[in-house]
Amino acid sequence: MRVVVCVKQVPGTTEVDIDEETGVLKRDGVESKMNPYDLYALETALQIKERRGAELTAVSMGPPQAKAVIREAYMMGFDHGALFSDRKFAGSDVLATSYTISQGIRKLGLPDIVLCGKMTTDGDTAQVGPALAEFLGIPHIANVLSIIEINDKSIVVEMDMPGSVELAEVAFPCLLTVNKGIFQPRLPSYKLKMATKEREIPIYSLGDYEDQDESNYGLNGSPTQVLKIFPPEANANHQIWEDGGDVLIDKLHDKLRELKFI
Amino acid sequence: MYSEVTQSDIDYVKKIVGSENVFIAEEISEDFCRDELAGLKKSPEMLVDVSSAEEVSAIMKYAYERKIPVVPRGSGTGLVGGSVAIHGGIMLNLSGMNNIIELDEENLTLTVEPGVLLMELSKYVEERDLFYPPDPGEKSATIGGNISTNAGGMRAVKYGVTRDYVRGLEVVMPNGDIVELGSKVVKNSSGYSLKDLIIGGEGTLGIVTKAILKLLPLPKKAISLLIPFPTLEMAIETVPLIIKSKIIPTAIEYMVRDVILSSEEFLGKTFPDKSADAYLLLKFDGNSTEEIEAAYDKVAQICLGAGAYDVLISNTAEREESIWSARGAFLEAIKASTTEMDECDVVVPRNRIAEFVKFSDSLQDKYNIRIRSFGHAGDGNLHIYILKDDLDEEEWKKRLGQVFEAMYSKSKELGGKVSGEHGIGFAKIPYLKESMGEAGMQLLKSIKAAFDPLFILNPGKIC
Repeated sequence: MRVVVCVKQVPGTTEVDIDEETGVLKRDGVESKMNPYDLYALETALQIKERRGAELTAVSMGPPQAKAVIREAYMMGFDHGALFSDRKFAGSDVLATSYTISQGIRKLGLPDIVLCGKMTTDGDTAQVGPALAEFLGIPHIANVLSIIEINDKSIVVEMDMPGSVELAEVAFPCLLTVNKGIFQPRLPSYKLKMATKEREIPIYSLGDYEDQDESNYGLNGSPTQVLKIFPPEANANHQIWEDGGDVLIDKLHDKLRELKFI
Repeated sequence: MYSEVTQSDIDYVKKIVGSENVFIAEEISEDFCRDELAGLKKSPEMLVDVSSAEEVSAIMKYAYERKIPVVPRGSGTGLVGGSVAIHGGIMLNLSGMNNIIELDEENLTLTVEPGVLLMELSKYVEERDLFYPPDPGEKSATIGGNISTNAGGMRAVKYGVTRDYVRGLEVVMPNGDIVELGSKVVKNSSGYSLKDLIIGGEGTLGIVTKAILKLLPLPKKAISLLIPFPTLEMAIETVPLIIKSKIIPTAIEYMVRDVILSSEEFLGKTFPDKSADAYLLLKFDGNSTEEIEAAYDKVAQICLGAGAYDVLISNTAEREESIWSARGAFLEAIKASTTEMDECDVVVPRNRIAEFVKFSDSLQDKYNIRIRSFGHAGDGNLHIYILKDDLDEEEWKKRLGQVFEAMYSKSKELGGKVSGEHGIGFAKIPYLKESMGEAGMQLLKSIKAAFDPLFILNPGKIC
C-alpha cells in the first residue's frame, strides 16, 4: 500500500504581514512551521503503516525552504518526500494549487490513499483536499474523525457532518482530509533526524509535469480575484451571567453542549 | 497568651478599611480556613480585605498593641498550612492588592503589589518581550505568596528561584512600621540583607506590600525534548551527566508513565508518547533555533548514550502545549486519583536524586502505600505524593508518619533539605527541627524575635 500525505509550511505565528498589492502572504523572514492540521494527516498515515504496512510519501508545494516540512515528516517516520516548486507556481489560488499538486502526485504515481489535513491555518479554506481529489479523478471524504477499518480494497471511516457523524466506506484510490484529534501526532524523533539527514528531497518543477501549459499554474491559473486580505479581527463576543452556583453550572453545561464543546 | 478578637476590635478595624471589607464568623468563606494541605482547618476570627500598605500598617499597629495574632494571605495555594490562622486572630487578605505599579524599562524592573497572580505577571511582561523567570506550577498563586515561600519552579535549573528576582520590598513590620528593604539597585552591600529574610519568611517576619522584581529580556525561542527511557532509574541517572556537560537547559523534569496516564484522564487530552516507563523532559531557550539546536544536540547524544530509546523534539506551540499542559496538571491529576494526599518537597544535591527517587519508590512496598512522584530533576527538588486511597484515618496517619520519617531522614543523610520551594509552614516544623538541630532552631527563633518580639505575625509557623 502507498500513502501520500500533503503538507504545507505556514507562518509560525498568527502575526502575519500581507502584501497589500498582490494580497499574497509575506513569507520572507517569518518563522514558519508545519501546518498543524497536517500533523494529524501524517500521524494517520503512520498509524496505517504500523497496522498494515505501507510506504509513506510526504509532498508539499512551496518555495525551496518548504523542504523543512518534508524533513520533519522524515523525522516522524516517512519514507519518501517530494517538493513541487517553481517560480511559475507562485501566487496560486485554491484551484491552481490543487491542480499543481495533482500534477505532482500523478508524476509520482497515484497512491492508494492521499491524506490531507482538514485545512491550513493560513488559507483556512479547507478546499484544496477535495479539489485535489477532483483533479486526480478519485473519490474523497472530508472531515474524517476516525478510521474504523482498512480492508484490502477500501477503507471505512467516520466523517463529521454538521449535526451528525456519518459512516462511509470508500474504495482505493481515494483521498481523505482528516480532522484534528483523529490521532495524537507523534513528536519528531532526533534519532530519525540523524538517520535521514542525508536523505534527498526531490524537487519537481513545471518542466517535469505532464501538463506544462503555464496558464494553468500560479497567478495565471488562478481565477480567484482577491479584493482584500486582512487578518481577522479578534472575536471579543462574550456574555456575562450572574446567578447562583447551581444555576450557572447548568447554564454553562447547556451552553457548552450547544457550542458542541462537550 | 494572645488576645481574642472582640467587638471593639472589629469596630476599630472597620473604621480603617470600611465595614464592607471585614468579615466575621459565618461570613468567612471556608476557603480562608485552609490552604491546599488537607487536614488542617481553622477559621480566623476576623477576615479583612486590605487595599493598601497604610491599611495593613494601621491594622498591624493596632493588633500589636492588642496582641492579636495576624496572618497574611494571598491565594491560599500553599501546601504546608503556612497561611492557615491556627491561632485564630485576624487574617489579612492581600489578594485585592493586585496592581502592577510600574514597569521600569531602563532598570528592567517591575514594581507590583503582592496580590498580582503569577499568571497575570508573566502575561504582562511577556507581552512586552520581557521575562520573569520563576515558574512554579501553580500559576494562580500570588507573587506575595511566591516571595514568602521563595518559590522556585521549573526554570530554576538555569534561572534560579524567586529570591534571585526580588530587588526590593516594601514591608509592614509587626508593629506597623512600613520599611523599604533593598531597592532597584543591582548590587547591594549595605548591611544585613533583610530583604532576603523576608523572602522565604512565610509571612512570619513582615508583610510584603510591594515588590520590585528584576526582569530579563524574553528569550525568543524555546524547544523541549521529551526523552523516553526504559526505567526511571536510567532517566534520573542521566541528569548529572547532562549537568556535567555544561549545557544548561531551562528545565529538567522527570515523569513516569503512570502519572502521565492520570494526567491524560484528568485533562481528557492525549500525551504525544506513552511508549516508555519513564521520561525526562528538557527545555532549552535561546534567541534562535540554530542556537538552541546546537545546544540540545550534545544533550541528545548524552541521553542516547545513557540508554534513552529516542529523543523527541517539541518545537511548535501545539507540541509544547501537548506536553506542558499535561506536566502542569500532574499535581491535580494525582490528587484526583485518590481520596487524600500529603506531599514531601525535599531537595537533595543533584547527583543524589536517583538514589532518593529509588528510595522513595521502595517505600511503597515497605509500608504498603501508594506513592507517586514527579519533579524538577535538574535542581534536585522532588515532589513526592503519598496517597491515602482507601486507608482508614488511623492507618493513614500512621503510615504517612512512617513514610515521612523515612524520607526526611534519607534526605538528611544525602545532604538534602526539608523543603525546596513549598516552605515549612505548620506541617513541616518537626522535620525542620530534626534537620536544623537545636542551635539552628534557636537562631531562627532569635531572628523571629528581632522582627516580631510579641510573636503575633503568623504564629506557629516555621519555628
